[in-house]
Amino acid sequence: MTQPWMKNRLVQWIDYRLPMFSFAEKELIDYPTPRNLSYWWNFGSLAGIVLVIMIVTGIVLAMHYTPHVDHAFDSVERIMRDVNYGWLIRYIHTNGGSAFFIIVYIHIFRGLYYGSYKSPREILWILGVVILLCMMATAFMGYVLPWGQMSFWGATVITNLFSAVPIVGDIIVTWLWGGFTVDNPTLNRFFSLHYLMPFVIVGVVVLHLVSLHQHGSNNPLGIDAKGPQDKIPFHPYYTVKDMFGLSAFLTIFAGFVFFAPNFFGEPENYIPADPLLTPPHIVPEWYFLPYYAILRSITFDIWFLSAKLIGVVLMFGSILVLFLVPWLDRSPVRSARYRPIYKQLFWVLVIDCVVLGWVGGNPPEGIFVIIGQIATLYYFAHFLVLMPLLSVIETPRPLPTSIAEPVLGGGSGPPAAAPQTMEKAQ
Amino acid sequence: MADSEDIRAGDGHGETRRDFLYLATGAFGAAGGAIALWPLIHQMSPARDTLALATTEVDLSPIEVGQSITVVWQGKPVFIRRRTEAEIEEAGTVALDDLPDPQPDAERARKPEWLIVVGVCTHLGCIPKGQATGDRKGEYGGWFCPCHGSHYDTSGRIRKGPAPKNLPVPSYEFLSDSLVRIG
Amino acid sequence: MRRTLGAILAALALAGASPAMAADAVAPPSVKWTFDGLFGSFDRAALRRGFQVYTEVCAVCHSLRLVHYRNLTAIGFSEDQVKALAAEVEVTDGPDAEGEMFDRPARPSDRFVSPFANDNAARAANNGALPPDLSLVTKSRIGGPDYIHGLMVGYREAPAEMEMSEGMDYNAYFPGHQIAMPAPLSDELVEYADGTEATVGQMAKDVTQFLVWAAEPELEERKRMGVKVVLFLVLLTGMLYAVKRAIWSDVPH
Repeated sequence: MTQPWMKNRLVQWIDYRLPMFSFAEKELIDYPTPRNLSYWWNFGSLAGIVLVIMIVTGIVLAMHYTPHVDHAFDSVERIMRDVNYGWLIRYIHTNGGSAFFIIVYIHIFRGLYYGSYKSPREILWILGVVILLCMMATAFMGYVLPWGQMSFWGATVITNLFSAVPIVGDIIVTWLWGGFTVDNPTLNRFFSLHYLMPFVIVGVVVLHLVSLHQHGSNNPLGIDAKGPQDKIPFHPYYTVKDMFGLSAFLTIFAGFVFFAPNFFGEPENYIPADPLLTPPHIVPEWYFLPYYAILRSITFDIWFLSAKLIGVVLMFGSILVLFLVPWLDRSPVRSARYRPIYKQLFWVLVIDCVVLGWVGGNPPEGIFVIIGQIATLYYFAHFLVLMPLLSVIETPRPLPTSIAEPVLGGGSGPPAAAPQTMEKAQ
Repeated sequence: MADSEDIRAGDGHGETRRDFLYLATGAFGAAGGAIALWPLIHQMSPARDTLALATTEVDLSPIEVGQSITVVWQGKPVFIRRRTEAEIEEAGTVALDDLPDPQPDAERARKPEWLIVVGVCTHLGCIPKGQATGDRKGEYGGWFCPCHGSHYDTSGRIRKGPAPKNLPVPSYEFLSDSLVRIG
Repeated sequence: MRRTLGAILAALALAGASPAMAADAVAPPSVKWTFDGLFGSFDRAALRRGFQVYTEVCAVCHSLRLVHYRNLTAIGFSEDQVKALAAEVEVTDGPDAEGEMFDRPARPSDRFVSPFANDNAARAANNGALPPDLSLVTKSRIGGPDYIHGLMVGYREAPAEMEMSEGMDYNAYFPGHQIAMPAPLSDELVEYADGTEATVGQMAKDVTQFLVWAAEPELEERKRMGVKVVLFLVLLTGMLYAVKRAIWSDVPH
């Protein structure tokens, strides 16, 4: 459909020179989208909007924040007490971080469930994992800025991970710190990078979107669109659906910001950093707890490799393994709806990640160590063993012949079509 | 939101109701979004700790006749001069028509003995000389701005040079004979 | 997959909200505070009584350095009263024209004056234990206001089997039960200006409420605004759902 405003002379004049209007028409309005996307497909655009909220509130906070060990804590409290609406902006930013991770984790699990990483969307998926890595770096450095006890000791523990690198480990850590401990130079560079990283994320998000629009969204059936009857224009159908989802999200989000603003936070971080006193229990923010559990699950050396080194490698490996997922899962069927065994294992993985998070939040003693080790083992087995294995042994259920068919074809249940081998592009 | 026409062209009644719904929702959401911008704008206004320093109380008792002191008020220098009889006389008798920015001395000094002005040259914001004993006070015995040669008289009024206005008088209030609150 | 959304969110929340609790801490009694809940607000009279308890009792050892005297207008003192309250305390300022530091009466724009010049002085005066700053104490302790209140009323005779260290007191709600702070409150310790009977329980509640205000002066504004924002968003969400239904009505799905 051609938009009425495209007939405007001024619009045409500009568009001839800078095709922003035809771009918007093509990618935001007419953009053909599968008609059967569920609400699980809301979380991508939601993540984008939360990124914008984080950048806007972050820029505002940077106007009042002082990145110096003597003033950082007090400048944050000044924001909370004296700056007009400072408490609101800061609480949106802190809770926004947690919301961002919840949304992105759901988005990732959505992709895992419906096989959104499979051909031709491998690069789309890889870019998503890059975004996750950037988010983790940004969140970690941002958490250091208020310079509370958890800020300081979290920074100490995480930067010390790099000392596990053989031979040059200590040199790397000293370089990261810019000194002999986490101190003012560290805080300064973290502030600088915390300001930079979101814009890097924006850049990768743009690539993520370009890659998405190349072949369009996957869908709950996991089959390709066969023709125009399978797709609808993005606007108004998905714009309104995304707006509705956004508004519902904001309602819950506002509940936290206004009525439980410190729900996701650690009380300890309201105590100014004290380099001579470690808090009794150092825990990272909740979104890092699963990785933290993996890090701590290795309590034994293997050959000449220290437990510390293996823990660090596994922790980073738990993210890096996601890069390989498109090639670990060789099944031609995308959606778990038609993969009876994979569907079960998917939920086991979800539970496994929650268990890892729970273990990460508890002291590394007794039963938690064993549970953490089992959960870590399953995590890697899921990707490295079960995924490739399932591609071979699993018999998928029959796929519908087209997206439109189950809804338009009379509703007499899914027709017994053979699995569509053509789903795989190669 | 013109898409409602595509959806069900025949049903005239439902269409108006629908258009109203779209319009109302759009307006409601837009209003909320506009209100949400206010905190982002207002956060740049002076914060509460800044406003708490918006007034300064000055003890005048140690200032001798003929002496000047400089105090900081809202980050700017304020000149407080305890004027001599001669200076008051001179400030009060000048013909207003001779002034680039005519203003009688009585309007500028609530108590003739005390002249309180913001010490920022109205030309381009330099701080005029004339506070310290050895300073050049300009041709009119008040202050002299070395940047571009503006001369101020004993009432802080511009008399000669490029500055367009008199030195501004901050709002102030005598809490007692020897205590003044500026701001 | 849809019905599992709730389960996942709940599980994630659970995983995040179960931080390591100190194993030996006993849950303090739960108090019904006026500032709890969606419409909670402070009790101004209690705040002023709590301020009195803080100044007469806590302030001997504990600083409150993030609060300024000017903030006291928010708990019901007039500007002149605040000025007078501030002027009762001397604060070091300077250097003056001769380069010397000097003492002057505090002004409303000053921070609450700390009892000790620095942490080391505070430690030296308290057997090596540092009395923590109280500005954020209700936010920085697990259990929040209930814990602070519990600490005030939790002093007991140490159980016979417990070995107490020199100079420590037994407190039912302090992690480990051995606390360096002697019981700060006793009945009739302060004389309330408004005639309220100054029992330990009353003073504990009042000073806790005052400290909650000191830590979260935005609490009332936050909750009032929150009610409006959430109401607005609930309404907007409902309207958007109706719009979504209308727009999607011609798409079988």
